[in-house]
Amino acid sequence: MLLVQCLTVNYRNVSALRDISFKLRAGALVGLIGPNGAGKSTLIKALLGLIPAQSGRVLYGDRPLIQQRRQVAYVPQRSQIDWDYPTTVWNVVMLARSRHHGWGRSPSRQSVQIVGDALGRVGMLDLKDRPIGALSGGQQQRVFLARAIAQEADLLLLDEPLAAVDKKTEALVFQIYDELKAEGKTMLISCHEWGGILNHYDELLLLNQQLIAQGAPQEIMTPENIQLAYGLLPHQKHFHDSVEPLFFC
Amino acid sequence: MLQWLLEPLSFEFMRNAMMVGILSGILCPVVGSYLLVQRMALLGDVMAHSVLPGLAIAFFLKINILIGAFVSGVISALLIAWIRSQTRVKVDAAMALIFSSFFALGVLLITLLRNKLELDGFLFGDILGVSQADVLRTGGITLLVLALVRLFYQELFFYTFDRLGAQAMGLPINAIYVGLMSGVTLTIIASMQTIGVVLVVALLVGPATTAYLLVKELHQMMAVGALLGTIASIMGMYTSYYLNVPSGPCIVLISFAFFMLAVLFSPSQGLLTAKTRSPKPTS
Repeated sequence: MLLVQCLTVNYRNVSALRDISFKLRAGALVGLIGPNGAGKSTLIKALLGLIPAQSGRVLYGDRPLIQQRRQVAYVPQRSQIDWDYPTTVWNVVMLARSRHHGWGRSPSRQSVQIVGDALGRVGMLDLKDRPIGALSGGQQQRVFLARAIAQEADLLLLDEPLAAVDKKTEALVFQIYDELKAEGKTMLISCHEWGGILNHYDELLLLNQQLIAQGAPQEIMTPENIQLAYGLLPHQKHFHDSVEPLFFC
Repeated sequence: MLQWLLEPLSFEFMRNAMMVGILSGILCPVVGSYLLVQRMALLGDVMAHSVLPGLAIAFFLKINILIGAFVSGVISALLIAWIRSQTRVKVDAAMALIFSSFFALGVLLITLLRNKLELDGFLFGDILGVSQADVLRTGGITLLVLALVRLFYQELFFYTFDRLGAQAMGLPINAIYVGLMSGVTLTIIASMQTIGVVLVVALLVGPATTAYLLVKELHQMMAVGALLGTIASIMGMYTSYYLNVPSGPCIVLISFAFFMLAVLFSPSQGLLTAKTRSPKPTS
């Protein structure tokens, strides 16, 4: 179980997150939603200790999360990566095994097997020798999902993994989420998507610098909550990729 | 032809300079590749200029100039990282500021301490002054840095590709940064005598950039870069000997010629040779 208590983060003296508290049960698929600038990425980074928190604590099990980093897989936003970096799909996924073999050692046979399996699961094994710059956006996201899988972590924190992906990749990604859930993995996934797609998540965290609501999608996506988060009435929200406008409200 | 090639090598200073040139030709592109992939190519230039105050002080105190240069170079890298993390100032401004300030401090110290440090040789390289001891020092640095790169290849790859991801997985990113900057400083010290600090960035970045246009993986970029760096160094030395001009500019211009050849004729990305230069997929 992931337990976050009273997490407050200031970024260059500006308040980014205020007093965030929530619990994620093991094996839950949780979506993190909110407007641009709501602090979704900041929250994920603060959980991992990548940016300092002014106060609060983050426990995984009964110990601080940052003491158990091998248990956490993190997928950064696609924009944070230089896709012209001279490397291949295989090498990127092999990074997941960095802490599993000693300095200067070649990857173990087990790591090679795990990386191959992870690439197979996301349908990228055929492209394992391809330079990452030659991939489409959806393929790049799948490579990073494979990296998270290959890490064999229990907790996965994914920052906008569905940005710039095609529908085929989206369906594949949700299928993999379901498989990971069945394996008992806990997932917190920030997303900018709207509409029916949110029903795939067991729970949503609605964020705008503070936690506005947590719960099942149908329960928390009320007009009041949306107005609190987005400062808009539901019918004013622009549902750029939604087929059915907010049908669960 | 053979006589033409062998004649310079009959002089001890040329043999020494050639050895140092070859060693820097191998080392610079390996270390420079890490700067390049982080879009920090100019950091090499900054650190090259930043070793000057340390050199001046070490020379004055009669301690090993390698130590002085090393400490000074690493302090400059730490200051840049500190300014970046603590203020809104962007990295290019921080680098420009540190680079000019350290260089200015070095020039002042040389004057104030009445050093007999040969500034010209330091700036542009002077193959006449390369001794046997310099060859050994450069050899030692090359072996040390290459061994460390081999040992920490995966960690350095992770850090330079996805710093946040590396930090999230618990890699000691501050130690990796300091280690990498130490490697850059040592490389600059090793290359100072043949190419000079003003131009060493060209050997750090030039062959590695050329290799970047030819291959698709980091380790291949290092290997091809090292080969090109070595050839550029050797050709530069001969040019320097026969035309009686400083070695640094010769090495740099030959390295640039290789780059232009790759821009035009790289099999995969050359402007004149690549078959299809289709835009990247977007979805």
